[in-house]
Amino acid sequence: MNQQSHPGASVGGGGFVPNPRQEMEYICADCGAKNEIKSREPIRCRECGHRIMYKKRTKRMVQFEAR
Amino acid sequence: MASASTNGFDPRKHVGVNAERMSHVSSTDFPGHYPGEDHSWNLAKFQEKLSVNIERLSNRSIDLDLVGVDASIANAFRRILIAEVPTVAIERAYVWDNTSVIVDEVLAHRIGLVPLNVDPALLDLKDPQNDQATDRNTLVFRLRAACERRKPAPKDTTDPRKLYTNSEVLSSQMEWVPQGEQATVMATNPPVPTNSNIVLAKLRPGQEIDMELHAVKSVGKDHAKFCPVATASYRLLPEIILNPQKPVPPHLAEKFQKCFSPGVIRIHPRTKEVSVDKQKARFESMSREVYRHPEFEGCVQLARVRDHFLFNIESEGFYPPERLLLEAILVMRTKTVALRRAAEALLNDTRGGTGDVEMAEG
Repeated sequence: MNQQSHPGASVGGGGFVPNPRQEMEYICADCGAKNEIKSREPIRCRECGHRIMYKKRTKRMVQFEAR
Repeated sequence: MASASTNGFDPRKHVGVNAERMSHVSSTDFPGHYPGEDHSWNLAKFQEKLSVNIERLSNRSIDLDLVGVDASIANAFRRILIAEVPTVAIERAYVWDNTSVIVDEVLAHRIGLVPLNVDPALLDLKDPQNDQATDRNTLVFRLRAACERRKPAPKDTTDPRKLYTNSEVLSSQMEWVPQGEQATVMATNPPVPTNSNIVLAKLRPGQEIDMELHAVKSVGKDHAKFCPVATASYRLLPEIILNPQKPVPPHLAEKFQKCFSPGVIRIHPRTKEVSVDKQKARFESMSREVYRHPEFEGCVQLARVRDHFLFNIESEGFYPPERLLLEAILVMRTKTVALRRAAEALLNDTRGGTGDVEMAEG
């Protein structure tokens, strides 16, 4: 959680503020195309018009014991 | 077993194999068992009886005979081989990306089981209290693979290896990243998996794996992935004792032969006299089929030689099979040294204080 905290930037209720510079890429559940969706944009695939999107897996490191 | 002892069965040497039970299972060569005989342990006597013969040796396994030791010693070596000879295996997986169908935990476990071709002598055991990874106790591997479609898409094939790149992630794709002095210490024999064709995961276009893997040295009792052997087992040498007082009737010789494993019983071509092939007796399965036929009653006594251990050791990982028993002996020696120091500390307890000696782990 290395989010930079801007004073007075907590807009939502949860307190989680996404980095505004980083575009979120989603994967269409129907055709698998990558979609960049900004806030307040309709959630709709640019390729096929499907309205269900998957969030991508985090690139953050996860540690496991190989046991 | 009075009748049997007359025809070569020796209760001191043999374990009797009878139709429905075993007899004379325990050894009796310890002090005080036979009045007037000295069975105290004696190095010269032990050396005279002890022998080790290699019967068969291949790339991955060895058959050897350990003769003239007590079952406790043979069993100690077997247990040390399985549980206490150290090897190197992957212990930690740091996953940056894994979008394959196999989940992180399962993939990490799978990678942990891959045998590595690393000499354990080059690494130190990691201190369980201080979990600090250094270039002396940890090897680092990098596993990166991404699957894509091959561009001039081959038509009329469904073979994923032709359609996509990295459709299978193999153990050979684990890339060693030398840390500190490792590049010079391990230059002659760089760490790689012993088998380069182990499928770790399967990928399809768009899927990706990116992980860092840390290998450490440990022993089999910690986790089975550290076990240096696939199997390490022994059995006792079978012995077939024919009764000279009651030979097998010539017309039944072939039936008698068929009661044993192939090659164990020989038939004289002219006289039809049966005899045991001493070299092949070790392959006898001890099915006890002879005991089912009343016509052979009293002709034969099956037995096993109590102090003749036929070891079969299959190596998996770094050690060549012929080195495994030597490594087990080395582990045993470090244990006896610790035990001796503890015993000496007990004897010298007059100095005061606890006199405790740190025993080796386990």
